Amino acid sequence: MFIIKLIREKTLQVFSVLIIVYLMLPLAVIILLSFNKPKGRQNTSWNEFSLDAWTNICRDQTICRAFSTSIQIGLLVTIISTIIGTMISFALIRHRYRGRGTTSSLVFLPLATPEVILGASLLALFLNIFIPLGFWTILLAQITFTISFVVVVVNARLAGMDPKLEQAAMDLYATPLQTFRYITFPIALPGILAAALLSFSLSFDDFIVTTFNSGRIVTFPIYIWGAAQRGIPPQVNVIASLMFLGSLLLVLVASLISKNRRATKV
Amino acid sequence: MASNRPKVEDLHLVNLTKSFDDFKAVDNLSLTIPAGSFFALLGPSGCGKTTTLRMVAGLDEPTSGQIKLGPDDITNLPPYKRWVNTVFQSYALFPHLTIYENVAFGLRRQKAENIDDQVKAMLELVELTTQAQKKPQQLSGGQQQRVAVARALINEPDVLLLDEPLGALDLKLRRQMQLELKRIQTEVGITFVHVTHDQEEAMTMADTIAVMNEGKIEQLGSPVQIYEHPKTVFVANFLGQTNLFEGTVAGIEGDELVVKVKDTTFYVPLATTDIRSGRIILGVRPEKVKIVDQGKTGLPKNQINGSIKLTAFVGVSTQYEVITNWGQEISAFEQNVDPTDLGRPGQAVTLAWEPRHSFVLNPDDDLSAGLDTSWDE
Amino acid sequence: MSIAQESIITKPTRRRIKRTPYLLILPGIGWLFLFFIFPLSTLFATSLQKPAGLSPDDGFLPAFKVLNYSNALVEYYPQFFRGFLYSGIATVICLLLAYPIAYYMAFRARKYRNLMLVLIVAPFFASFLLRTNAWKTILSGDGIVVGFLNSFNLLPQDRILNTSLAVVAGLTYNFLPFMILPLYTSLEKIDPRLIEAAGDLYSPPSQRFWKVVWPLSIPGVISGTLLTFIPASGDYINAELLGSIKDKMIGNVIQSQFIDLRDYPTASALSFTFMAIILVMIYLYIRRAGTDDLV
Repeated sequence: MFIIKLIREKTLQVFSVLIIVYLMLPLAVIILLSFNKPKGRQNTSWNEFSLDAWTNICRDQTICRAFSTSIQIGLLVTIISTIIGTMISFALIRHRYRGRGTTSSLVFLPLATPEVILGASLLALFLNIFIPLGFWTILLAQITFTISFVVVVVNARLAGMDPKLEQAAMDLYATPLQTFRYITFPIALPGILAAALLSFSLSFDDFIVTTFNSGRIVTFPIYIWGAAQRGIPPQVNVIASLMFLGSLLLVLVASLISKNRRATKV
Repeated sequence: MASNRPKVEDLHLVNLTKSFDDFKAVDNLSLTIPAGSFFALLGPSGCGKTTTLRMVAGLDEPTSGQIKLGPDDITNLPPYKRWVNTVFQSYALFPHLTIYENVAFGLRRQKAENIDDQVKAMLELVELTTQAQKKPQQLSGGQQQRVAVARALINEPDVLLLDEPLGALDLKLRRQMQLELKRIQTEVGITFVHVTHDQEEAMTMADTIAVMNEGKIEQLGSPVQIYEHPKTVFVANFLGQTNLFEGTVAGIEGDELVVKVKDTTFYVPLATTDIRSGRIILGVRPEKVKIVDQGKTGLPKNQINGSIKLTAFVGVSTQYEVITNWGQEISAFEQNVDPTDLGRPGQAVTLAWEPRHSFVLNPDDDLSAGLDTSWDE
Repeated sequence: MSIAQESIITKPTRRRIKRTPYLLILPGIGWLFLFFIFPLSTLFATSLQKPAGLSPDDGFLPAFKVLNYSNALVEYYPQFFRGFLYSGIATVICLLLAYPIAYYMAFRARKYRNLMLVLIVAPFFASFLLRTNAWKTILSGDGIVVGFLNSFNLLPQDRILNTSLAVVAGLTYNFLPFMILPLYTSLEKIDPRLIEAAGDLYSPPSQRFWKVVWPLSIPGVISGTLLTFIPASGDYINAELLGSIKDKMIGNVIQSQFIDLRDYPTASALSFTFMAIILVMIYLYIRRAGTDDLV
């Protein structure tokens, strides 16, 4: 009887580890292939070890240009959608007003919409009102769907925050503005930062919505897609690996900081 | 800073009402809380005491009525403009600030001078000087509670509101804090308004108690007054325990009213009530009821015979449940001076008490009012 | 997650405060109306347009050509079907794979839970396209996986890439975290004492699971399946990179109609139909499975 339980537990454990390995597998491939010197143009199988891609990341200017375009768009999208999304979140969580349910539904609708539809409808809009496709249309498109994600993340943070804290602040002579500045905002900040990080990731990596609305502009994912048939240079893997490890590092650092500060019990 | 203000004033609640749709949480409440007193708002959950407190703090807006501090009408002032501070039930300490900064918060918003000195002094008062740089989560419940009090007190408000602040503490700590708070209040001289459902706590700490039920005040008075002379069944049942008898007035004898309860006669001083005929409810507290073997003489005037149903030795006293011949259960508490002769179940006894220990209640009151309260919180 | 009900002040003390929530949501709602709601209506309008000339370069004219819908559906219904089929299978597999690990994280792995969460979310920090493309390497003809499976003659076509299997495998991989996270969230909320109590009441452990854990995890299952199925059904990247011409999904069609062929009315008609089907599915699914906070 006990043996059966042990077997069951072990199986569960092993299975979970296997799933993690499964999720990590393509990441390992990406990083490994960045150290590869491909035989031809296709970088899909291992040939020989080389640091060439790492030392000459921008040999092909188009790659780095696409990268910088994605970074620029990412930063702008992050700033704008984080601000807009945070404002909505505050309204939803901290205020009771007529139409709150409708706001909520409207904000979460983009999350339920497949990217093709989002991309397609925005393309239809831009075509019909004769806005030229390019940097700005990408921006507009990406902000549209990242707002919902920001709201979700900030909501989670705010909802876990004791409303009595703000009442206590006002009881202690803080005006609503001061309450926001000294209490609400600092406590919500980790959530806002998480939302910003998420926003940036979504923007940088977005392909479908961006493709529909990019015109001639090449973002990093668009470059990859274009290169997929011909062969993706290992420099792309280098950049992707750096982005990946960088994000991971950020998350680890952030969680260490929050462990130290031990912010609100959520 | 605060010493520049005029002396502490009385707090007046005038016809205060708070309704949510059809439900009246606070129903036309009028109250004057004397300056410098320790005032308790006592009642079961849902009676409106916390809502009343929040209206005084400015955290809820009254549907109608006024709140005045002395001559000043503060009804429409936001909380940050009132010289009123609150100690919240869950303490509501700012988790991202140190204890020092929590306590200093109010002073900083007022741009006071000598903040450092005041904070240090206050931390000493509540004995938390060594914890000043820690965060609230690192402190124990009792310590957090003291920070909450310190944070409010340091602003020298006219009124300090306490919303069941001792609820989360264990019994021993609670008793300790009750005395602490009482001591602080006496020293500092600020008006304390303490909301609680624990009648022992209210009676221990408060100078004046207002017993609330369903948005209204049932009775207002000192602990002794409302305990010894409850005016409604609710108050009688809510504070301590009571034996209640339904009867009819049979006549007058001298300066006592004669009341017939089933086939027994009880007497109660005329001065206690205006009722001279008809139905009446008589009450007496168990500790006033003597319990002796049947057949004894020289007993107080009000007597019933019955048999013991239950004996409970509680240490300080022995509590008896006695069944009368008409099936009513009466409680009698006997102080344990010499616990050698405890009664046993089944034993035939006589219960007796002095007429002056009886009180009279409104005959239309529901006999079960005030009984649902939980005492184990 | 549910939205907290308390607000700072239950009724505003001054008129000014009443306006705050509306001011706060104004930019966001305005934006969403302009760039989400309104475009959907333009999409609809576009779906009814008719060609201005014989080539796509001539553009389109506003019209009421409802025929666009029937034409599109008749021609592309296989891809619709295939899209839902592949993503349906992928969703089911995701559920089967995700549940055990979510269970493990929620009830067993106290210490490693946070690490596992980071690892599960980690793939999102690497490019979606590269991740999918990496499967080309892993599943390639001369790779270990194919070699291993071939020695048991398990592969009908002697390869994985460029088959429907690869597409479904890709979809499963990409959307697995979307299934794990809501499941985990839902399971984590279950009070472990309930399971102990169930242990008292039900004797085989499987009963314990089906009678207690599973019902309580349903909200997570609903969230997870919707978050997996919906994006997966519209995906075209997996089909493009890992599948053959015969594996095109509805997403591929919409993409090629819009970008390559520039047949906007057809593309719009397909998009709109697709969205309508999704909405109906969501509605029915939620109705049947019970509503709950989805997010």
